[in-house]
Amino acid sequence: MSFAFYLIAALTVAGGLAAVLLKNTVHCALALTVAFAGLAFLFLQLDAQFAGFAQILVYIGAVAILVVFAILLTRGSETPKDGGIFSRTWLAGLAVAAAVFAMLGWAVLQSAPGLPGATPEPTVTVGDIGVALMGRYVLPLEIVALLLTAALIGAVIVAMHEKEGGK
Amino acid sequence: MFETADQIFVLLKHWLVGLLPMALQPVAGVVVSVAAIVCFFPALFALTTVFERKGLGRIQNRIGPNRTGPFGILQPVADGIKSLTKEDIVPLSADGAVHFLAPLVLVVTVFMGFAVLPMGRNMVLADMDAGLLFYFAIGASTELSVFMAGWSSRNKYSLMGAMRAVAQMISYEVALLLSSVAVVMISGSLSLTKIVEAQNHYSYGLPHWYIFTPWGLAGFVMYAIATTAETNRSPFDLPEGESELVAGYHTEYSGFKFALFFLGEYLAMFSISGLGTTLFLGGWSAPFSFLTWVPSWFWFFSKLMMSIFVFIWLRGTLPRLRQDQLMNFAWKFVLPMCLLNLLVAGLWRFMGDGWLRWVICSAILVAAYVGLGWEEMRRMHIGARSYRYAE
Amino acid sequence: MTPLAGYLLVAALLFAIGLAGALTRRNAILVLIGIELMLNAANLNFIAFWRYGPHPEALTGMMFAIFSIAVAAAEAAVGLGLVIAIHRHTHTTDLDQINRMKG
Repeated sequence: MSFAFYLIAALTVAGGLAAVLLKNTVHCALALTVAFAGLAFLFLQLDAQFAGFAQILVYIGAVAILVVFAILLTRGSETPKDGGIFSRTWLAGLAVAAAVFAMLGWAVLQSAPGLPGATPEPTVTVGDIGVALMGRYVLPLEIVALLLTAALIGAVIVAMHEKEGGK
Repeated sequence: MFETADQIFVLLKHWLVGLLPMALQPVAGVVVSVAAIVCFFPALFALTTVFERKGLGRIQNRIGPNRTGPFGILQPVADGIKSLTKEDIVPLSADGAVHFLAPLVLVVTVFMGFAVLPMGRNMVLADMDAGLLFYFAIGASTELSVFMAGWSSRNKYSLMGAMRAVAQMISYEVALLLSSVAVVMISGSLSLTKIVEAQNHYSYGLPHWYIFTPWGLAGFVMYAIATTAETNRSPFDLPEGESELVAGYHTEYSGFKFALFFLGEYLAMFSISGLGTTLFLGGWSAPFSFLTWVPSWFWFFSKLMMSIFVFIWLRGTLPRLRQDQLMNFAWKFVLPMCLLNLLVAGLWRFMGDGWLRWVICSAILVAAYVGLGWEEMRRMHIGARSYRYAE
Repeated sequence: MTPLAGYLLVAALLFAIGLAGALTRRNAILVLIGIELMLNAANLNFIAFWRYGPHPEALTGMMFAIFSIAVAAAEAAVGLGLVIAIHRHTHTTDLDQINRMKG
């Protein structure tokens, strides 16, 4: 375990924690981008260059911007006047999350001795990924294309003005 | 002799790095390259501001800066001293941390883009396998800094400018990516050095640059439109329209932070012009086969400065668009044309050599552009001016 | 601790943080942020298993992560579109107040 891994992991977890804990919604969205960037660096640490860059392009370049737009369009950065930022059933939610983490962590630590150690760096070029996408994974690729088109049309219809949608 | 001139910067770097002990050399190599980029491009930025102000002045029938130094060449030094000594004002209600971070994020992300640009033979900081993807990933992050600046200022003009900028950048980024994908399809690589090498061939003394193919020319035009919008330059400078929004998202920035925004915008212009040069104009390759003895970096920077000149020329010539025109243009003209261009590039790739592919590809593109242009002209009603207001 | 176990623990922690956020926050957009974090944690697992698995050249985990990124983009667009539509209808994004099926 290298020093870089601990640093990036701490950054990612801190970003994630800030994203769910901060009061101001825009700060949450910005903290989320820190977590996304940290995850992209973790992907690069794992020699997954293509996935890391795709993560930055899609999550920071598109999803974070979408979240920010949605916050501004719903005036979500104003903190609610009554009560806090957490829902009434926050204790139950926290308990469920803690239980899930305890179970996952226990499972990982239990099986840790059996996990493979350091393996040689895989030599995968972007060309290999392209060939795989066009060959073995061409059907999922086409389905994703269909899904994205459907999502595009669906998002436009859902977010369209209702008064204009009638005509 | 010519070989040395071509590789002079590479040799200089090797000599500098060679002075250090063996253990430090890999780190030192990176540090020297980064330092070269970080010093050179701001210097070029300083020169370009004078160039732009003089050029704009000439276009508008005035002289431009001519008081500081010979021909006003020291104007950027004076401007720099002024912005460094100015008071740094942060609005009372501003979001301190985000307000401080926004210009830093912009400048850092823009500088990172230069890492993958091949500025000459063997002159690239990080020759990545997925270089183009890296460039676009970094470029997408600059949008966030614009939003951070506009939102944290707590000023309605800043926020409106930022929202305009982000909407515009997202819309035109689609066109930017799609017009570059055609190049990737033909060259078969995401590595920018390989893309340049694929164009560095000559037949009858003329280069095989992608701009000299039907799909390349159409793609380059779309790319140029998208870059102009992406860098918020006139005629797409709505986010900064001073007559509408004071100065857009950097209204509430003063002193050095404002200078950082200014620097970031110019550097984005340099890097995106550099990418356009690499993708369509053959990167560092010479325009004629008998000129290959001229150093490769000279060609790269000549092409870069030519692009910058076109940017300045456009700024002095065209009026600003309206927001709805901007969006309609992006989604109803540029995007369909980019998709058509992808189709044509695919045809070009699989039709093999020969004159037939030239005829068919050119015919499809010319028919599409002429048909759409004719249709648009027919539908355009030029009458009394009508005003429309935002909701 | 092997490298793989480290990555798996980070992913588990991120998943739990995302789950806690999705379950406890009142703002609908924050719930979506939590879900995004959970998806990302799963992606990290896929990439880690691809890297330390027996056949990295088969690219299975990598492909799963890439497709998951593409699907997550669509999910975010539709989810945020829904939040905006609800806000237009009820003038709130507070999930404690959106408690009726009939608008």
